[in-house]
Amino acid sequence: MNPEASVVDNVIDTVSAVFLVVGALMSLAAAVGLLRFPDLLSRMHAATKPQVLGLFLLLAAIGLQLRSWWVWPVLLVAWIFQLLTVPISAHMVGRAGYRTKHLHRELLSSDELEAVVQKAAQSARDESSRDEASDGGRRD
Amino acid sequence: MSRRRISLRQELPLLVWLVLVWGALWQDFSPGNLLFGALLAVLVARIFYLPPVELSGRFNILYAVPFALRFLGRVAAASVEVMYLAAVRGPRVINAVVAVPLRSHQDLMVTATGHVISLIPGSLVVEVDRSTSTLYLHALNVSSPEEVESLRKEVRSIEAGLIRIMGTREELEAIRQEAAA
Amino acid sequence: MMQTVLAVTAVILSLAAAGAIIRISRGPSLLDRVLASDVLLAILGAALCIDMAVNRHLNNLMLLVALSVVGFIGSVTVARFVADRREQANES
Repeated sequence: MNPEASVVDNVIDTVSAVFLVVGALMSLAAAVGLLRFPDLLSRMHAATKPQVLGLFLLLAAIGLQLRSWWVWPVLLVAWIFQLLTVPISAHMVGRAGYRTKHLHRELLSSDELEAVVQKAAQSARDESSRDEASDGGRRD
Repeated sequence: MSRRRISLRQELPLLVWLVLVWGALWQDFSPGNLLFGALLAVLVARIFYLPPVELSGRFNILYAVPFALRFLGRVAAASVEVMYLAAVRGPRVINAVVAVPLRSHQDLMVTATGHVISLIPGSLVVEVDRSTSTLYLHALNVSSPEEVESLRKEVRSIEAGLIRIMGTREELEAIRQEAAA
Repeated sequence: MMQTVLAVTAVILSLAAAGAIIRISRGPSLLDRVLASDVLLAILGAALCIDMAVNRHLNNLMLLVALSVVGFIGSVTVARFVADRREQANES
């Protein structure tokens, strides 16, 4: 083995070691966020997002360690699957959390959705009361 | 449901993606395997019919690569920021729910913008109003109206980047005029 | 060097898993628990990745993809039913 190749090997090993440790730290950040944030929606920020960077770093470390070109497309597909699924599940959980009032209003500096939701609820109520009135009229 | 025939050109990105997944799952990119994968992809796309995604027909790789790099950089910076907030600020963090009206009224653009926003830590799509194409975001650590305004500006700049990559020509023209003004 | 990396990441991931499990057991609502179990799945996925990188093989990759799909379907399903149940409770 010539010395130059082993230098390159060392550099690759060091870079992938750093990637692995930082990727693991992202998981720790998610757990710390879960424990310390006050309400569901802010916990969700900590829980789902750092994993995107974490998985990217871990997969890049695998690619560097295996040292063959055909693993990169495989790793890319695994990462893109995660990119496509994470926002959807985060949105579903967040929407359910907002609708079921799982957030502390006093921690919001502004809420531009509340007025819209109230208006929609109001118009739905108007609709249903009008329906009831017309039903009543028919019955008489 | 109208069974409108989809042109092959419109379906091509989906087929290429399916073949790539097939090759990745077998971990084998030999021509024979890819050919069989393409055959399966056409079969799957014909049998399991889905409403077609309306692509604009243009894709600018010159804008796509810098956008992807900037996206990665932003994800990295924001991940560190969320980590810092979780460790230091913790229970005293102040959030906001912000409404951001988008320019584009195409489902694909609204979805793509929402995805990119959701992937960047610190903001999350809570609700989408499809009729006015408005995104309602929940943002971490936003306490003043100026910060709300800067968040809105950032979201609109992300949308502008996506339109430059794959928006329709009319939207692109609108972006150009906005930049010139 | 890979052995030290393995030890350091094992400690970090154990702490993270402990945090997620505390949130699962304490979590005031169902959605909090779902979120925390999602994080626990992601930590398992990270452990699989580190094993692959240190031992230089790809055997776990499909397991990783399957894991993320299970987490996705699970949290979407639970979120949907939680929203439904609350709306019906409000109406009655």
